[in-house]
Amino acid sequence: MTAMLTPYPAHGPRRLKVATVSLAGCFGCHMSFLDIDERLLALIEHIEFDRSPLTDIKSIGHCDLGLIEGGLCNAENVQVLREFRAHCKTLVAVGACAINGGLPAQRNHLDLGRLLTDVYPQGVPNDPELPLLLNHVHPIHEVVHVDYFLPGCPPSADAFWSFLTDLISGRTPHLGHGLIHYD
Amino acid sequence: MREPCFTLDGEDVPFVPGDTLLQAARRAGHYIPHLCWHPDFRAHGSCRICTVKVNGRMAAACTVQASEGLAVDNHTEELDAQRKTLLQMLFVEGNHFCPSCEKSGNCLLQATAYQMAMEGPHFEEFYPDRPVDASHPDILLDFNRCILCELCVRASHEVDGKNIFAIAGHGIGTHLVVNSDRGKLGDTAMALTDRAAAICPVGVILPKRRGFVIPIGERRYDRDSAAEPGRQEAS
Repeated sequence: MTAMLTPYPAHGPRRLKVATVSLAGCFGCHMSFLDIDERLLALIEHIEFDRSPLTDIKSIGHCDLGLIEGGLCNAENVQVLREFRAHCKTLVAVGACAINGGLPAQRNHLDLGRLLTDVYPQGVPNDPELPLLLNHVHPIHEVVHVDYFLPGCPPSADAFWSFLTDLISGRTPHLGHGLIHYD
Repeated sequence: MREPCFTLDGEDVPFVPGDTLLQAARRAGHYIPHLCWHPDFRAHGSCRICTVKVNGRMAAACTVQASEGLAVDNHTEELDAQRKTLLQMLFVEGNHFCPSCEKSGNCLLQATAYQMAMEGPHFEEFYPDRPVDASHPDILLDFNRCILCELCVRASHEVDGKNIFAIAGHGIGTHLVVNSDRGKLGDTAMALTDRAAAICPVGVILPKRRGFVIPIGERRYDRDSAAEPGRQEAS
């Protein structure tokens, strides 16, 4: 009788679906994420990428985790962020720009109209494909609920690794001294 | 005879009469987070980061006199959460863009926020408009980072005898001003050797022509945290 029992199918737990995007950011956070180097091989045992610059998938499916680099400087950023929030169980603000606006937010003290006419004296581009700029750059938590913040400019590879392994293991991520950085 | 003691998170802390809780705790090697307090100056009691519970009541550790038998709570979940909230409010009130700040890594506000595990600002950013003052030949004033600790006001008044800085305005309009006709630092007798030029715990008062001279990894708070003895103040 016991010989008739079929073994459980030989597969591990479901991989977490992860989407990433760079809004008003410089892709520096994505580059730092890739700096986890060979640990990517261990990570990929636990996650699979959905929409991300790493896969070049353009639309987002239902995901467990969304990593947002960059703040909000135009209408498209806001739309993409809302899509991420709607599709991701857990949303993370990654890096200084997503968390407090960062470098792009340094324009918040300047008049937007004046900026555009100064930068484009020959005429401000108005192709309908260009997303409209917001009057001010905003961090993402001012528009959607953010579950976790991973600070740094960029967060170090070790910070990414510590954060992601905590999250994948079901622990509340906690960056201790040396990993938490605002610069 | 046994020294008089109070307890800090259950541990005995000895003190000499006249000590505040913060002075005695710091001398005994404990860390009560603080920003506006400095051992060289009288207590100011304005930042409230050092708020502790003394026999169950909230009080600023920098202003409460130590006395025998006080039971002081310091690192409790509640108090550290309140400190984090205060820090978050300080961050969103100003423009604290750490990646471009010369003080980053040597900044007490930043290091204290690391200690309190402040990962995000929580509140909406104010993005106040605060132009810098570059009128002085040797010193840059970047008001974007001011946390109104008044250490420069006290240092200029008590040590330098120059009264160069003051705090003006009320409530959310409170701001640091320079005591000269035009309000510019270049019109004052401020010198790079003044105590006030080196006391700022954040990146408001900075020497010019000095850019990121200490490599990342070797700055004040890269190796040691703000909780370490000798690292509890930025200067």
